[in-house]
Amino acid sequence: MTVSDEDLAQAAANGDEQAFASLIARQYDRLFRLCFRLTGSQHEAEDLTQDICAALPAKLTSYDGRAKVTTWLYRVAVNASHDRRRKRATHTKAADGWGDWELNRQAVIDENADRTDWLTQAMGQLAPDLRDTLALVLDDMTHAQAGEILGVSEGTISWRLSEARKHLKSLKEKEGVG
Amino acid sequence: MSDDFNLDDLKSAMNAATPAPNVDAKAENIALAQKNFADLQGSRDAARLTPRPNKWTGVKDMLNKLTSRAGLTVTTGIVACGFMIGTPQGRDILNIDWAAQATAPETMSDPIGGSDGSVSVAAAQADEADFDTAGDLIALDGMAVEVAPIDLAEAGSRDQEVLGLIAPSPTAPQQTSRVATEAEPVIEIAPVVVMEETASFSPFGGLVANAADTIDGVGNDLSAATTEPNTETFAYAPQSPLMITGDDPVSTFSIDVDTASYSVMRSSLTAGNWPPFYAIRIEELINYFPYAYTAPDGDAPFQPTVNVFETPWNVDTQLVHIGIQGEMPAVEDRPPLNLVFLIDTSGSMESADKLPLLRQSFRLMLDNLRPEDEVAIVTYAGSTSIALEPTQASERQTILNALNALNAGGSTNGQGGLEAAYAMAETMTDDGDVSRVILATDGDFNVGLSDPRGLETYIEDKRDSGTYLSVLGFGRGNLQDATMQSLAQNGNGTAAYIDTLSEAQKVLVDNLTGALFPIANDVKIQVEFNPATVAEYRLIGYETRALAREDFNNDAVDAGELGAGHTVTAIYEITPVGSPAQLSDPLRYQEAEPVSDSDELGFLRLRYKTPGEDVSQLIETPFTALGAPDTEALFAASIAGFGQLLRDDTYLGDWGWDDAIALANANRGDDPFGYRTEAVQLMRLAQSLSN
Repeated sequence: MTVSDEDLAQAAANGDEQAFASLIARQYDRLFRLCFRLTGSQHEAEDLTQDICAALPAKLTSYDGRAKVTTWLYRVAVNASHDRRRKRATHTKAADGWGDWELNRQAVIDENADRTDWLTQAMGQLAPDLRDTLALVLDDMTHAQAGEILGVSEGTISWRLSEARKHLKSLKEKEGVG
Repeated sequence: MSDDFNLDDLKSAMNAATPAPNVDAKAENIALAQKNFADLQGSRDAARLTPRPNKWTGVKDMLNKLTSRAGLTVTTGIVACGFMIGTPQGRDILNIDWAAQATAPETMSDPIGGSDGSVSVAAAQADEADFDTAGDLIALDGMAVEVAPIDLAEAGSRDQEVLGLIAPSPTAPQQTSRVATEAEPVIEIAPVVVMEETASFSPFGGLVANAADTIDGVGNDLSAATTEPNTETFAYAPQSPLMITGDDPVSTFSIDVDTASYSVMRSSLTAGNWPPFYAIRIEELINYFPYAYTAPDGDAPFQPTVNVFETPWNVDTQLVHIGIQGEMPAVEDRPPLNLVFLIDTSGSMESADKLPLLRQSFRLMLDNLRPEDEVAIVTYAGSTSIALEPTQASERQTILNALNALNAGGSTNGQGGLEAAYAMAETMTDDGDVSRVILATDGDFNVGLSDPRGLETYIEDKRDSGTYLSVLGFGRGNLQDATMQSLAQNGNGTAAYIDTLSEAQKVLVDNLTGALFPIANDVKIQVEFNPATVAEYRLIGYETRALAREDFNNDAVDAGELGAGHTVTAIYEITPVGSPAQLSDPLRYQEAEPVSDSDELGFLRLRYKTPGEDVSQLIETPFTALGAPDTEALFAASIAGFGQLLRDDTYLGDWGWDDAIALANANRGDDPFGYRTEAVQLMRLAQSLSN
């Protein structure tokens, strides 16, 4: 007899410290994996996981036991990554004013970063919503579950996936890989 | 290449690319999460106990509540303050005022801490105290003058003084609620004293429990204060000691048909936690299960059977197993029921295992009521309201609608709710009806008068009016087991803890008749052991139900109720004279007591009252030598062993989990509801947790 994640989360939501500890220990690796897929770099993933961990206790109070813990947790993760992206966008906009010097420097850094990792690069070029969808589906979520997490219909997920596939394919052809 | 980009390839590539999380970062992040979790608990507690979000809303609420008269007083007070500070004459007056105040003890430390003496904070506190209008005027008036000298350090403590002395309830609920509930009665009499006590006790949660022991004069319901952040309290008394028959041959206790301890234990175990030892009441574990004892055939509503057999965990001792089987009156003949559901709708009842589970539970029960039974629903949170006027059970939809409309919100005032529920029950009672208030709560009684003693007295009064009280506990983390126990004990009822829908099924449906129709009140058991045959004995469990020897014949002393068809089991472990297991040595300087030449082991006396009567009746029977145990007795023994293993009691020797599991497994008997099978599973779970 093992305790389900849902029971643990419920207990944790009610203030059970031990339950929270076991829950986070169980889910951490999974969470990190998803964060990596959402961000595409280890460094970014660590930061995102940290953000989520910091906010998780407060979020947990709103966990009502209706959704599966993984579904709920992934939703939290996807939202956190959106927040991060938005923040970065604002930051980049602010940084625009620094002039060409800074832009050039950024471009060089980008070029050098992980050129070999075609996959993360390719994913990085996808639109954010396609990318989130792909990250979830690659993490063994069904289309229905991914839809629940992202708050869209199952059909939308299927459509997004085929879009993502098309993109990846064209990227691949363009670069002449495979 | 097809149009389709192969996702499986991508997936495996992705899996290969995914790095393992950095170990240090992982540990750091988890620690961060746990720290935030702990911080959040603190702030949530505070939020629960202080319902106002901030001081400004407190002021706003206060102003909204003020009558024009009170408002006038306050505004006048403020103008007066301005006068006091702003003019030299005023300052003179103010000085005189303070001199007069100086007679108040200055040693009082400020329990709120860091009160800045500003008008707004003090006002919010005053509002929190929630006094009636008369008190309001005095307090606010006094405060307004007091508060004016903003920069004076004493102002804060003096505010406290004034509020504490005038307000009927103290303004420091945070501190007191953490302390053992027994300490609270003092609060009403002398608030200032308690504040000081609280300040000195709260850092040492452990000491509080001891203090509670000594404060508790009745001694049959001690509660242990826990220092854990969760605010559960449990009724606990230390294990019954081994008694030497020559010195103390008589053992007296009240029956206990509560089952809350078992469900609490189960909820802990299935959550992967070892249940707190003080939550384990072995008699409640044993009595959780129905047993098939010999049914009564005479006039008495129940029949005791006594079994003596070898102790599973010690070949040199014997178990005296006393089983009581209550008669099961024909279900069709039962009188109509009046049920008043008293439902806690405070904010803490929100989570899924509380109010929603409660709704489902009551729905289950509703299906088993008769059309002529009547149901009413009273809810209590900050205030009491009637959610459903008395309604015939046949109007199912009306009742269901009322149940579904229940919402959680606000803080808890248990007493107000109880008063309303009892009043409601009284209006519903016709001749021959059985009226019962069913209180469903997560144990929060933290606003207003919430000391168990005051509640108990109130309930005791009501008990005599013939209305029974059952208490259903929901949810963990804030379970006030001690309060629940004492309420049910004093209200002639049962306490059960509902952790799952199947437990609700057991308590409210399978046991509907037994739980709701008492056949014998104030059932007490007294056993006199024969020093010629029994050297030592100890009662397993029933620690919180112990009675004084003389209480047995005193009909004014309350005891447990036996419901229709209920079974009650009590087990003694006895050491026969001459057994190598004897733990005590004979005394050298005392003369041996004269012993009888009877070969009886002991003499069992039972007292009970027929419901509605004040005079008790007596059943007596001697019991003798060793017999062969039956399945029922052996299963009860295995549960007794289970409870002792959970409490880590010392009498079991090297008898361990495997033995308990084997014994329980071999004696599951019929087990039509699967309760015993579940017990075996729990034992296995406990075994794996104990490693």
